Amino acid sequence: MSTLVYDLAHARAGDKGNTSNISVTAYSEEGWQVLQRELTADRVLAHFRHLTPGPVRRYELPQLRALNFVLENALGGGVTRSLAIDPHGKSLSALMLTIRLPGHNEG
Amino acid sequence: MARDKIRIGCGAGFSDDRIPPGVEIVERGELDYLAMECLAERTIARETLDRAKDPTKGYTPVLLERMEAIMPPALQRGVKIVTNMGAANPMGAARVLRKHAPDWGCPDYTCAVVQGDEVTDIMRAHPELALMEDGAPLESLLPRMASANAYLGADVVAQGFATGADLVITGRVADPALFLGPMLHAFGWSYDDYTKLANGTLAGHLLECSGQLTGGCFADPGKKEVEDLAGLGYPLADVWADGRVEVSKTPGSGGRLDVATCTEQLLYEMHDPSAYITPDCVLDASNVTFRQVEKDRVALQGARGKPRTATYKVVVGYFDGYMGSGEMGFAGVNAVARAKLGIEVVKERLRRRGLTYEEMRIDLIGMNSLHGNDATQAPEPYEVRLRIAARTTDKKVAEAVGAEVRSLHMQGPTGAGGGINFGARQILAVKSVLIPREWVKPEIVMERAA
Repeated sequence: MSTLVYDLAHARAGDKGNTSNISVTAYSEEGWQVLQRELTADRVLAHFRHLTPGPVRRYELPQLRALNFVLENALGGGVTRSLAIDPHGKSLSALMLTIRLPGHNEG
Repeated sequence: MARDKIRIGCGAGFSDDRIPPGVEIVERGELDYLAMECLAERTIARETLDRAKDPTKGYTPVLLERMEAIMPPALQRGVKIVTNMGAANPMGAARVLRKHAPDWGCPDYTCAVVQGDEVTDIMRAHPELALMEDGAPLESLLPRMASANAYLGADVVAQGFATGADLVITGRVADPALFLGPMLHAFGWSYDDYTKLANGTLAGHLLECSGQLTGGCFADPGKKEVEDLAGLGYPLADVWADGRVEVSKTPGSGGRLDVATCTEQLLYEMHDPSAYITPDCVLDASNVTFRQVEKDRVALQGARGKPRTATYKVVVGYFDGYMGSGEMGFAGVNAVARAKLGIEVVKERLRRRGLTYEEMRIDLIGMNSLHGNDATQAPEPYEVRLRIAARTTDKKVAEAVGAEVRSLHMQGPTGAGGGINFGARQILAVKSVLIPREWVKPEIVMERAA
């Protein structure tokens, strides 16, 4: 049994230079418990490995049921010189939501 | 001065942001102040080049169109305006407005201009400064430098309003400072009122991207609905002298403003939530909470502030070669294989012409262009577009990319349609340095009718 992050949370991506940050906010307390436990920086890096060698840092805001991931070197050299069709990486929020997490405990 | 509460609206969140919601918030928002944020990291570099060609230019190109719509209803209602549309030429912006404003029914108003953010001379005098991105000396960029501007704080905006001005025009100012400035002016907050500065900075951070707080960047049909997204309204903040803040949006407008939209926008372009550095304070947002007061109205709580740093951040714009690109579409049976053949043909033609590139990127739009995933794992779509983009120092070499892609129409695989040659565009890249505050000398200058 696995769970898609999409089913638990919503996300938004922002950019600064060659760094992308992607917030993940749980819809419910139960979803938050799963995200906090399973959506680790290592798991995010593994999912974004084709875009960046890392590092990925994770910040927790439990009072908002939100995680903030900072993905360095993820924007093809930076917004201003990237050849990507989405140099800001605005669509990467949707990539975050495609991560599968093991064992969702519905509680 | 000595007011208990002010209301600040956001009228634009980027240079080409939609104008009608800006007019709507002025007409229906019962605002005291309107802030319009129109300068992305690198746009000021382009505007610096515009000014080099024509000394009367260098302000945000959409200035006149936006202000013709915004100034008449704002001045009529006594709504004071602050905007960074001055870009690389704030005084030029003020002068061109003065020339046109009478035609818009605005013959009488006062305008304060903030100058001094431009620091290209300081950069030239200090080639030893280390770039924040990679630690390399600034010297390596100086021959290619197009612009250098310090992110000024809210103090200069407040000083602008202290002149009694109806309109304050700036160049580079930190985005949240456009909103914090009116608060400093109206309430007389000082730079050791850390919690108030934090609340005001947080409010500015939430509002500065206009519709991103009110349901933009949010809707996901069937999952997260946004009411009347087409009629998305812009956000406003009610700020009290004691530092309390509630955010809301234009009454009767579309969109939604709630804990979910506030949480997403709080973390937008934020790294460490406990240390969001602005010229006015270091915002600690790690304990921020949002409380829904009523529909589309949220109270901000828990922001903390630490003293502002001793430095200003400077963004240096510099030339970094050219990017050429083009696209071509394929559909139906064997579409992906034909697109891949097209890619090989273009690469080979460029090679036989002896053209080389620092970096080339190939995308199959419909399969891997946005998330960069492995196209061999993606389901084969009915139609696909190939895209080729490449970077080089030579403009003509860059132009060859899109030209070769477009010629696939006649000299590529069968059934190639919808080709586009995007030509070559000059790349203006940016890097940053920190400089001591005392090196920068901002000044407030009144623009007066000639």
